[in-house]
Amino acid sequence: MTVARIASLIALALLIFTPLFLKNFYIFQMTQWMIYAIAVLALNILTGGSGQFSLGQSAFYAVGAYTAAIMMEHMGVNYVFTLPVAGVICFIFGFLFGLPALRLSGIYLALATFALAVAMPQLLKLHFFEHWTGGVQGLVIIKPDPPEFLKSMGLKVSQDMWLYYFTLVVALAIYFASTNLLASRSGRAMMAIRDNQIAANAMGVNVSLYKTLAFGISAGITGVAGALGAIAVAFVAPDSYTINLAIALFLGMVIGGVGWLPGSLAGAAFIVFVPNIAESISKGLSGAVFGVILIIIIFLVPHGARQVAYTAQHLISRIWKSS
Amino acid sequence: MLSFSKTRIAALSTAIIAFAVAGGEAYAQKKYDTGATDTEIKVGNIMPYSGPASAYGVIGKIQEAYFNKVNAEGGINGRKIKFISYDDGYSPPKAVEQARKLVESDEVLLVFNPLGTPSNSAIQKYMNAKKVPQIFVATGATKWNDPKNFPWTMGWQPNYQSEGRIYAKYLMKEKPNGKIAILYQNDDYGKDLLKGFKEGLGAKGASMIAMESSYEVSEPTIDSHIVKLKASGADIFISITTPKFGAQSIKKVAELGWKPLFILNNVAASIGSVMKPAGFENGQDIISANYAKDAVDPQWKDDAGMKNFDAFLQKYIPEANRADGSVMFGYNTAQTMVHVLKAAGDNLTRENIMKQAASLNGVQLEGLLPGVLLKTSATDFAPIEQLQLMRFKGEKWDLFGDVISGEIGG
Repeated sequence: MTVARIASLIALALLIFTPLFLKNFYIFQMTQWMIYAIAVLALNILTGGSGQFSLGQSAFYAVGAYTAAIMMEHMGVNYVFTLPVAGVICFIFGFLFGLPALRLSGIYLALATFALAVAMPQLLKLHFFEHWTGGVQGLVIIKPDPPEFLKSMGLKVSQDMWLYYFTLVVALAIYFASTNLLASRSGRAMMAIRDNQIAANAMGVNVSLYKTLAFGISAGITGVAGALGAIAVAFVAPDSYTINLAIALFLGMVIGGVGWLPGSLAGAAFIVFVPNIAESISKGLSGAVFGVILIIIIFLVPHGARQVAYTAQHLISRIWKSS
Repeated sequence: MLSFSKTRIAALSTAIIAFAVAGGEAYAQKKYDTGATDTEIKVGNIMPYSGPASAYGVIGKIQEAYFNKVNAEGGINGRKIKFISYDDGYSPPKAVEQARKLVESDEVLLVFNPLGTPSNSAIQKYMNAKKVPQIFVATGATKWNDPKNFPWTMGWQPNYQSEGRIYAKYLMKEKPNGKIAILYQNDDYGKDLLKGFKEGLGAKGASMIAMESSYEVSEPTIDSHIVKLKASGADIFISITTPKFGAQSIKKVAELGWKPLFILNNVAASIGSVMKPAGFENGQDIISANYAKDAVDPQWKDDAGMKNFDAFLQKYIPEANRADGSVMFGYNTAQTMVHVLKAAGDNLTRENIMKQAASLNGVQLEGLLPGVLLKTSATDFAPIEQLQLMRFKGEKWDLFGDVISGEIGG
């Protein structure tokens, strides 16, 4: 049993059991944390896995959220089915965006994705789509109730608790699928592209296919996160998905450690909870306080949570060996 | 014998009266919902202290200062107000989180004056499901006046549609044959005002509209829109803009040498934040409407209400900029809340708070224009529905005409 494995099991146990002792509001916050972890994980696959920058994840998140909202409100679809649909639609969207993006790399790709993120709120406000999207007013979603079988088992589960465990299961499924992906041939192909595109091409890796595939997969996962986000908050509006969200996700990825999937959890925790901490220190200067905390962390652990984890692992195995 | 029965009658009547009084006192017993106790009333609030709308954050600070003043003067019926205000950064999901925090974690009695149409839209269903008052919301969207479907949500300021209607009425009277060009912000608020304006014009006036142009809040400048609108040949210009863009529109119109009948909406009518930066000489004869006193308006220099306002600022929040319309807004809304809490007396249940809020019968606040009264009822959840037109002359707004009601059919 390695240190890493034990740590993972402890983390998993905490994620499963803590909500049983918490009030609904805190469960709601944990659900948000999980949802952002999924979105950061998607970005990790894209940037850490295939080496493509994206400041546009908020656009895919928004499309996922609106897909879920429109399906639930206008078509009366059960919330569970909105997730795969959101995932597929965003996958296609991401794949289609990835095609022209093939010509771009580095900062130019970042700019293109930035443009996408900036355009998205305005596209959502377009009069043309207003009938579906609710325009600037957004759409209110009815929060789903826990399924009947739980009640028949005599368990009293609140909406928030049910949503949390639902999100947790989805998150774990995506996490395992992603680790498998990165460990597979396709994952190695993506990482080869990330490390040296020309060499990868020379070795026969279909660069175009894998780059667009990476975009598609990342977008699809972000879309699922967006759908979950819409259900948890029970409301979608164009101004919920601005460039600030894209920047926050990017920040979460860096804090967690680029390319290190478990770091998504740490990164998401940062973007969900640290702003609250900053606000409690100073309401008027919460942005500045947040900035200071960010700078301190980047300064001390530039490689994010991954660096912390590896250092801890190193220390613990040293202690174990010497004992 | 007579005196004996008289005594009996006296004793009996005293007993009955005592019983009635005691019975009456039983009705006047203290009743509390979560968030209210013998010593404290917890008032929640959500404001954009950061983000694109952070200019409005000052409202929360003024309200906090005002509640401090009320507490220093003995509180409300002996209870101190605990004002808990959170930042939502003008982001709806954050607003939901903060609303839940206030209701479930801080256990406030009510949420007062949450700001922003998107944020309020996000929390409306939750607040009504939880039966917690979402009271005196800081947005002029018309949809907050819907007691049938959302009995726990109430507006405060004149809604945008009312304002739009008032401008339309004015135009139909003053310049019924004019051609109108409209610039509006492409969001909830802009579209709401536009809707009211068009409604006020009616079918007859609809033909007056020569051109409409919308802009996004994220655009740095709206100059190109103004150029287009001037080219339409209109002689009336409606500026449905927030302060920054309002100032830009005034400047550009003057720059282009265009002299239309210029109507500027209320949210951009602040002398300190808009008229002065735009240049007083550019703002001459602009028409707008107001419901509150502008602190920079010299006509209120010796007004008793304004003096109280200044004394309050001096003592409790001296760094506040009295020229900022948001400061007066915070003052007026805080006073409204205090009025309702006082009226609730010892019955501090959420239901009674809504009942008292829905029973405002012509309350004149010292920071509102004389004649603009707070009026609500069980079917009318819009406390302020009146505005007075004003024209910019020299360096100030000259109110003219009567206080007009923006109600449909009014």
